Amino acid sequence: MATTTYTGGQKQNYLNWKTTLASWLFTLDHKRIAILYLVSISIFFLLGGLAAGVVRAELATPKGDLLTSDVYNKMFSAHGIIMIFLFLIPSIPAVFGNFLLPLMIGARDVAFPRLNLLSWYVFMAGAACILIAILRGGIDTGWTFYTPYSSSFAKGEVSLAIVGIFLTGFSSIFTGINFLVTIHKMRAPGMTWFRLPLFVWAMYATSLIQVLGTPVVAITLLLVAVERTFRIGIFDPSLGGDPILFQHLFWFYSHPAVYIMILPAMGVISEVISAFSKRRVFGYHFVAFSSLAIAIIGFLVWGHHMYTSGQSMYAGIVFSFLTWIVAIPSAIKTFNWMATIWKGRVHWDTPMLYALGFMGLFVIGGLTGLHLAALATNVHLTDTYFVVAHFHYVMVGGAIMGYLAALHFWWPKMTGRMYPEGWGKLAALLVFVGFNLTFFPQFLLGYMGMPRRYHSYPEEWAVLNLLSTAGSTVLGLGYLLPVIYLTWSLKYGTVVTERNPWGARGLEWELVDTPPDPHNFERTPIVTRPAYDYNHPEEPTGFVPKPRPVVVGGKDG
Amino acid sequence: MSIQELGKQSATLEYTGEVHHHADGILGEQFETLEQQNTAYLIGMWAFIVQEVLFFGAIFTAYAVYRFKYVLEFTLAHHELSVPIGTLNTFVLLFSSYTMARAVRAAMQNRHTKQAFYLLLTFLFAGVFMVNKYFEYGAKFEHHLFPNAYYSAHEIVEHAKAKGELRVVVEDGREMYELGKTIRGEFKPFKKVSPEEFEQRTKLFFGFYFVMTGLHGLHVLVGMIVIAILIGRALIDHMKNKPIADYMPVEMTGLYWHLVDIVWIFLFPLLYLIGR
Repeated sequence: MATTTYTGGQKQNYLNWKTTLASWLFTLDHKRIAILYLVSISIFFLLGGLAAGVVRAELATPKGDLLTSDVYNKMFSAHGIIMIFLFLIPSIPAVFGNFLLPLMIGARDVAFPRLNLLSWYVFMAGAACILIAILRGGIDTGWTFYTPYSSSFAKGEVSLAIVGIFLTGFSSIFTGINFLVTIHKMRAPGMTWFRLPLFVWAMYATSLIQVLGTPVVAITLLLVAVERTFRIGIFDPSLGGDPILFQHLFWFYSHPAVYIMILPAMGVISEVISAFSKRRVFGYHFVAFSSLAIAIIGFLVWGHHMYTSGQSMYAGIVFSFLTWIVAIPSAIKTFNWMATIWKGRVHWDTPMLYALGFMGLFVIGGLTGLHLAALATNVHLTDTYFVVAHFHYVMVGGAIMGYLAALHFWWPKMTGRMYPEGWGKLAALLVFVGFNLTFFPQFLLGYMGMPRRYHSYPEEWAVLNLLSTAGSTVLGLGYLLPVIYLTWSLKYGTVVTERNPWGARGLEWELVDTPPDPHNFERTPIVTRPAYDYNHPEEPTGFVPKPRPVVVGGKDG
Repeated sequence: MSIQELGKQSATLEYTGEVHHHADGILGEQFETLEQQNTAYLIGMWAFIVQEVLFFGAIFTAYAVYRFKYVLEFTLAHHELSVPIGTLNTFVLLFSSYTMARAVRAAMQNRHTKQAFYLLLTFLFAGVFMVNKYFEYGAKFEHHLFPNAYYSAHEIVEHAKAKGELRVVVEDGREMYELGKTIRGEFKPFKKVSPEEFEQRTKLFFGFYFVMTGLHGLHVLVGMIVIAILIGRALIDHMKNKPIADYMPVEMTGLYWHLVDIVWIFLFPLLYLIGR
């Protein structure tokens, strides 16, 4: 594609080459679609966060005084449904996967740009259904839609919400198919599988789960809607159905869905850790294959959500064993990251702070997962705040920390502006402190037996709950700060024109303009070296060479 | 050679000298070669088919669970489905797969009218399938076998009684159904259920029947829309006298159509044939 010169003084990039609304809404450019996703999921994140704030405000005092129990149920359901289906599932794949995948592998775009745009529209249609369902009286089933409550008893627009989740699910499948094909077929010459950045490996594993898992939950929720509409006893025992079947089908997707949220974050952490330690990721092959291992084993552990709900005891033993196995690839990743940092030249920029935060919190989240995977302790901890704390450590402490690390790391590449570093560090600190203050007390509460999903509780748990609510205020502030300073930086941030402000490795830093050209690369690159090639004698300080011009003849030729 | 020079050679990212071009408007801007584009489409389509297999797989699993749990009730409900229409539809779909394969072949040879002809045949077969479905569904509505509030197991009970597979007994002043078989004039009961349970369980069968065949029918409809578009494209290619056209859309629709066919090949025995 011939590069037309943009005459507005600034160099042509994907942001300024067309500026009409239509050029955004009908764009096929993977980078612009990523921005569309970024804007929409940021709004959903704030909505879901607001619902969480209301939930914590109610729990500040033991009495159920702020909300009635009905409204409380609707609030935590709205929080869960919005955060999981409208924020966490699309977060890193749809925003950073879309933006970075073609750049990282040296392609002009993803394999199917129109499918990519379609996935955003389908996602927005699904989001509209979910939000309308919430606004028209709300849903009180929780994000799990357990039957028979959701199919026979719950009032409100449950079916509409299910249609919404069905649609967002298909948006996720489209993204997954697109990425699988892109990684298989769109790699630049020389970009072999083992030269791929680890983020790409993580996205590959994520896409596998999206394609294999999501259709199952789609059909399952559709059956719930059918049962609601026609009173057919698929899952309601009073009509001859089997509620355990629902749980099997639901968790067959929804447990791997946790890995849809955490695997991309792990990919981001690999990138950030190596860029800010200026070292090649230790044990590259192990980290790459551990992503695949997590994706595959993740499909075999769904029964650990059902130890106490009537599943066979022997099935429970097998699921417990398999769940413990997932800890192995997760530990491989964590230890390899630590080995990467060891003896590295560590730079304490904001993305690195988030990455280090991720490592700490993910370890706590993962290890408490083992407490829950063990049969005996699970009986004590099932449906208590211990579970709530555990999955928030993984999803918020893991996935959202990874998301924020990615947002800060690639922000200059995406926008051509640098975020204010001081504010960034402050926000990272607030998020870390606020997060631990919010969720660590919940481990203790859960251990003492406080059940989840109740809007009031006995007096003796007041102090820890108050701590948790106070922490959530700090956490909320920590999330609000980036919203403000990142928006501010779009206009007032330091302009970044150099390709590689972090001195990082990877095609997106070394060969792509900041912000990228609409066509990404001037010409298709040939890759001649592995990922994270920091240890090169030529550039001991992480200085990046300019691409060498092709000289015909002469002493170079 | 010093280590620095060695490093320079191995570590520099280079550009290719190639400038990519668009092969007659067929090659997408993001692809380098037509071969890359075609295999990308194929992998994408296969990934979509895997997704579809899991989509239908989940509901097949649920169906299998209840077929096992309520085998006698489901068997009696099976008998209400029309095997002749199901068989006819199976053959119609098999023929449509054949004509679709011929259409793909014609597309690969760039024979536009032949391609349009076979696509039209496929479209018509699909239409016949849907018309048969319409009459089949209509009959179920008429006999109160559509699983809504007007559902009634009355006809299933009557037919089963006539065949000697169900007997009404009175127990503690309550009517109960005994399900079993009449062997040499003697009724052997296997299971006793209340009329309400019997109604619920046969309704569950028809719930599965309508969801599974309905989803399948929806896939047929989507296929018909795509085929109609392809017919239009083939005719335009013919009128423009295009020597070479992109055959991949037909190839991919063909893959999709065979998937739709295969799903039916599983639905037909599972719903119509077993239990007879």
